[in-house]
Amino acid sequence: MLVLLLLALAVPAPVGAQTLINGAGATFPYPLYARWFDTYARVDSTVRFNYQPIGSGGGIRQLLAGTVDFGATDVPMTDEQLRRAPGIVHVPTVVGAVAATYNLPGISGLRLSPEVLAEIFLGRVARWNDARIASTNAGTDLPDRPIVVVHRSDGSGSTYLWADLLARASPEWARTVGRGPAVRWPVGLGAKGNEGVAAQVRNMPGALAYVELTYAVTSGLPVAAIRNRAGAFVMPTVDSMAAAAAAIAAGGVPPDFRMSLADPPGDLAYPVAGYTWLLLPPNPRDPRKGAALVRFVKWAIHDGQRDAPALHYAPLPAAVVRAVTDRLERPLLAGR
Amino acid sequence: MPIVSGDAWFRALTRAAGATFLGLMLLLGSVLTITALPAVARFGWRFPFTSTWDPVAEQFGGLPFIYGTAVSSLLALLLAVPLGIGAAIYLVELAPAGLRAPIGFLIELLAAIPSVVYGLWGIFVLAPWLSHQLEPALGTWLGFLPLFQGPPYGVGMLAAGIVLAIMIVPIITAVAQDVLHAVPDHQREAAIALGATRWETTRLAVLRYGRSGLIGAVLLGLGRALGETMAVTMVIGNRPEIAASLFAPGYTLASVVANEFTEATSDLHAAALVEIGLLLFVLTVLVNVAARLLVRSVGGVMREARE
Amino acid sequence: MIRLDVRRLVDVAMRTFVALAALLAIVPLALILGFVVYRGAEGVDLALLTQLPRPVGQVGGGMANAIVGTVVLLGLATVFALPLGIAAAVYLAESPDRGLPGLVRFLADVLTGIPSIVIGIFAYAVVVVPTRRFSALAGGVALAVIMLPIVIRTSEEIIRLVPAALREAALALGVPQWKAVLRIVLPAARTGIVTGVLLAMGRVAGEMAPLLFTAFGNQYWSRGVDEPIAALPLQIFAYASSPFEDWHRQAWAGALVLIALVFALDVVARVVTRKRGE
Repeated sequence: MLVLLLLALAVPAPVGAQTLINGAGATFPYPLYARWFDTYARVDSTVRFNYQPIGSGGGIRQLLAGTVDFGATDVPMTDEQLRRAPGIVHVPTVVGAVAATYNLPGISGLRLSPEVLAEIFLGRVARWNDARIASTNAGTDLPDRPIVVVHRSDGSGSTYLWADLLARASPEWARTVGRGPAVRWPVGLGAKGNEGVAAQVRNMPGALAYVELTYAVTSGLPVAAIRNRAGAFVMPTVDSMAAAAAAIAAGGVPPDFRMSLADPPGDLAYPVAGYTWLLLPPNPRDPRKGAALVRFVKWAIHDGQRDAPALHYAPLPAAVVRAVTDRLERPLLAGR
Repeated sequence: MPIVSGDAWFRALTRAAGATFLGLMLLLGSVLTITALPAVARFGWRFPFTSTWDPVAEQFGGLPFIYGTAVSSLLALLLAVPLGIGAAIYLVELAPAGLRAPIGFLIELLAAIPSVVYGLWGIFVLAPWLSHQLEPALGTWLGFLPLFQGPPYGVGMLAAGIVLAIMIVPIITAVAQDVLHAVPDHQREAAIALGATRWETTRLAVLRYGRSGLIGAVLLGLGRALGETMAVTMVIGNRPEIAASLFAPGYTLASVVANEFTEATSDLHAAALVEIGLLLFVLTVLVNVAARLLVRSVGGVMREARE
Repeated sequence: MIRLDVRRLVDVAMRTFVALAALLAIVPLALILGFVVYRGAEGVDLALLTQLPRPVGQVGGGMANAIVGTVVLLGLATVFALPLGIAAAVYLAESPDRGLPGLVRFLADVLTGIPSIVIGIFAYAVVVVPTRRFSALAGGVALAVIMLPIVIRTSEEIIRLVPAALREAALALGVPQWKAVLRIVLPAARTGIVTGVLLAMGRVAGEMAPLLFTAFGNQYWSRGVDEPIAALPLQIFAYASSPFEDWHRQAWAGALVLIALVFALDVVARVVTRKRGE
């Protein structure tokens, strides 16, 4: 029977059936993309999208190798990577955020500055009742217990955003650790995936970690407000993420769309937000797939945006939607 | 039709199978080496002896991972071999007939549990138990040993060793069971006839006869422990540092590859990770060489005599 | 001559120890299995077994394609690994521990220690890259490479332990060696060989890492072995790593189904071989 099953599967797909478009990349927007592909199947029933969340780096690599039709990443491709595959278009899809969570029984409403976070993650501030933490948390009785830092052991866009925050706040961090999807952490335990980090924090009083916002919300862990450039302590919410994106977009949208949302101006902006992108190849092997993909992306940045807030992502600012739509009107081959 | 040609075919075919396997291994080795070449070229001989793992500065060294793999696997063996072989002995030699099948079957089921599940169980059940019960207890009673010092995180080398041990017990037990089963009864009968107790019969007649098979079982278990990826990565703490304490977090060769490969930022990073895979290859080779020397020095004569 | 009562003491002590060992070997199983059942039982329903994955927030949705995918991948892996593995095992069992056979045996032991993700990278390089696609075939190859040394080594050890007398009797009756091996030695070693194959299958059924870059995963039904294919471990891991309770529930249910699948394989194989053996 197994042999029959195998034989049946060995028969290749008949011509004229639905087109299967394969994509790979970031895990972070996976829930939203899954929702989009499902909804879009009703908009255009001739295509099906198979997206696998293998990680941003994996997505980029598979796109470069030609084994998938599109990629997805939380970390924009570097100039060096783009040199090897010129013409790949970054399409921002939504805005996400990284939140600081902690486990301090009986305590919530922590306010932390990027500077003190850098000190903690450097290992310079080791106890919760340190003066540097207390200075922004007047009125909260901080316990005298060690801070257990938890970070990601696998590479991720969250690490990228977090390390970027710390690097901007601390020259020492920028010099000794730097930024990237994976870094050499001076202190702390490494946990695999956002779930691993959340589980670790839940089980360990005194823990402090960074996770994607959705995980903090659904795990019921308290989230800290982080001080932004304007000096306000802001909680990560869809509104504060949208404010950050709008504030940065007001300064212009770069033609390659590889925008950072770090250090946004304004009182309401959350300082640890970032875009996530779909990566489109300029020269798809199958032009029908390429065209279908572009049609999908246009739908996603317009109609798809309304699904975002329910899943704790912020929709794209209007300026960005306009710029991307304009770009997609032109053939992908033209321009960067 | 001459009888000889059947045998010649047979020998050729089986030798071809062996050669194919060899070819496969060579292919594996070359593919890995070629992929790892950029890292090998950059770091050279220092790679297995340096401790820095910095993806941003692109400095990579394999020492902490070698240590982590060695210690976690050793711990796993220390726990799993007595349990596994003991259980096999019980099942084959001493258990009442009714219990034999169900228990043996149950142990085989352990092998069917996906690594991810072991990892999740480790995070949700084992690590909290370690950090709240076992590690504080060990720290109190045996804290004078550097092995049991430091904060009881729960995740760490001890958790990894325990999870690995649980994972490899079924392999050791299942294979050991079959090995012991295959020992002919006349060996046992001879020992009993000479007045041996049940245990002595087992030790002198059965274990000695099945020694190479048992070593094979242990090596299979060790192989699994060395290469186990997902479960270890979830409970070991993922910190590329060498520490004396079992409570401390660590990192293994397999874990770092599993953690970082999909997101590897640069080609050098990816190459360094594949070189870690190669290191594991080499480590496994060394371990197997050592095990063989051990077997040869103790029981090799017995094996040749049987042939 | 050691006194009889000391020997008896040792006897009792060791017998207690091994009984305890068997018990201790079961305890973690009970704990882990219990844990999976506890978390997964409520999620195993008809929807899980018959439907395709749905986005979070939508009722229903299941892992039907992942279940079939795992079966297909296991089938492919076994088809690739079994003939080669048993043939190599016979080769090793009939040869001394020197030269080519010695090298093959040694390398088989080494291969069991290679992390599955490294083998995934290998399968990616030799199957996915040349064909420029992810496929069930690539996944089958990766899993087969992991299964191979387990099958070879366990089969070899068991074949070796078939009493020489059996083989000698056959040869004395004029049976050619190849027939002796195929008709007499292998059937005698059958149960042990099946153990090895089942252990190997159980091992690869739960492997996720090698499938990441080979089978890749599929939200839909695959239409051929040259397309990406869903697999239980991939789906379980993707759901378990998500922040959603509903997906967690499905992940645990999927894990339970996976264990049940391998369990069923085990039972069927044991029943089949036991019957034939008699």
